[in-house]
Amino acid sequence: MRRIAMLVLVVWTVVSLVTLLVELVPGDPAVAVLGEQATPDQLQQFRQRHGLDRPAFFFSAPRDENGARHFRWDGWNNRYVDYWRSILHGDFGRSFRTDRPVFDLILERYPATIELAVAALLIAVSIAIPLGVLAGKNRGTLTDNIASVFALLGISLPSFVIGPMLVYIFAVKLGWLSPSGRFDWSDIILPSVTLGAALSAILTRMVRSSVIEELGEDYVRTARAKGLSERKVVYKHVLKNGLIPVVTIIGLQLGVLLAGAIITEKIFGWPGLGLLLVEDGIGKRDYRIVQGCVLAISVTYIAANSLTDMIYRWLDPRIRVS
Amino acid sequence: MNRLSIIGITIVAVILIVAIFAPWIATQDVGATNLSLRYLAPNAAHWFGTDSTGRDIFARVVFGARISLQVGIIVVTVSAVVGTLFGALAGYYGGWIDRVLSGYVFNVFLAFPGLLLAIALVAFLGAGLNKLIFALCIIGWVGYARLIRGQVLKVREYDFVQAARALGAGDLRILFVHILPNAIQPLIVQASLGMAGAVLSEASLSFLGLGVPPPAPSWGVMIEEARDLSTLQNAPHALIFPGVAIALTVLAFNFIGDGLREYLDPRQRKR
Repeated sequence: MRRIAMLVLVVWTVVSLVTLLVELVPGDPAVAVLGEQATPDQLQQFRQRHGLDRPAFFFSAPRDENGARHFRWDGWNNRYVDYWRSILHGDFGRSFRTDRPVFDLILERYPATIELAVAALLIAVSIAIPLGVLAGKNRGTLTDNIASVFALLGISLPSFVIGPMLVYIFAVKLGWLSPSGRFDWSDIILPSVTLGAALSAILTRMVRSSVIEELGEDYVRTARAKGLSERKVVYKHVLKNGLIPVVTIIGLQLGVLLAGAIITEKIFGWPGLGLLLVEDGIGKRDYRIVQGCVLAISVTYIAANSLTDMIYRWLDPRIRVS
Repeated sequence: MNRLSIIGITIVAVILIVAIFAPWIATQDVGATNLSLRYLAPNAAHWFGTDSTGRDIFARVVFGARISLQVGIIVVTVSAVVGTLFGALAGYYGGWIDRVLSGYVFNVFLAFPGLLLAIALVAFLGAGLNKLIFALCIIGWVGYARLIRGQVLKVREYDFVQAARALGAGDLRILFVHILPNAIQPLIVQASLGMAGAVLSEASLSFLGLGVPPPAPSWGVMIEEARDLSTLQNAPHALIFPGVAIALTVLAFNFIGDGLREYLDPRQRKR
């Protein structure tokens, strides 16, 4: 119960922070969006339509002529309440430029981002588990060293270096895959490899140290003593226990994946939330879109983390008991 | 110290020297464009070749080290100091201070994926080096705070702290003279990994057009400029050199962090 209350409190704060973010914009958002050439009438109309003429919050502390600040109650009719209302109505406010509900724009782009994140996760896991097991089983050998170098490369090469390099090799030089867009099924290969590279490196290291740790446990000796093949020992016993910490990391990394997707989507013109945020939101100064995207990504992240926590508890009864 | 951390320290030392003595190492102008010299492959006059506007890539990579290290050092220092203060407060006093800080504030900051919060802040504040540093500090301090809180919770129960208290030492003296010096070791590991993170984040934000505005020679900006298809086709080295610079820097700080962690935790050394 306490955990759920905490979760609600965190979500409330995140929404509040996102709501108030637009107050950070230096100057007048109306001028930023419409440009210096807009007439005062146009600016006024714009402010009215998007509620920018109303107070920002319930209260404020404006300066008087002498420069001293005084507390002032601004009433319920403010932008903070407006944004909450728009969230509860399910439209997240309207885009400053296209006047479409931000929620619709997010809904259009959301599947592409989830598709990319899931594909990246699958690629990362399918590389990391066999490689990590191989390295852990053959600790200190050449195989282990090669796996370690691979992992280090994956961690230190950022996606915006890997991505363009993959484009150079597979699109420019070999001409096998297209450099950007989301039209053909094969278009997801380069973006998901780019996004999954860092995660696969982190997971490889995790799986390796997990396998090494588990191999020293008593139950492994028992399993070997009763004559199980090494394959069975590793894949049926060691891996099952060794994967528990890995599951947590996967859950925690999902947020990194979602944030990383912003960069990957920009590299490959992948039409997901990240591209919506960077091009339509930040690029065109459509602050409502920025607010909506930040909110959507954060809430997805919080949900993924809570889900991981539940799975973790379910996987390892020791945590449930304590 | 293990071999990898020595390699890491060596690389960082080289990058530091390059950054400090940049004007003497790279004699070409970082901003001078010359379209007749564009897409040149590496040669004697332009060691790393030239980019799509004929600028010398070697000079830009060398001066880029300045931006990266500057951002990294400021972000890590500010985040570590702020994080240590809040973490120490939460760990030492416990009670409602701890409930508010570690129960609520830390959780709220961790509820955003770090990079997303930085992107959002810079998107609303406007691009620029100072705003970028500010955004990275905002996302950075929580990690240190959580670490120090845990450490302080542990150290505060030790006998020598009780002894100091019995001798009549005040809270501030106990915290700063007795507890923190004994709690701070893991902070060094975190700071080293934090340098890698800050360098990477600076390049990421600059790549997205939210960091140091072009034509400043940030490695992230250079990669963004080098990734259009015609530059990739004609001058892949324009992508490769800044890419290698980022990778080497991040790798070096990771090596140092991992090495220090192993050094400070003897249980890991055996592995």
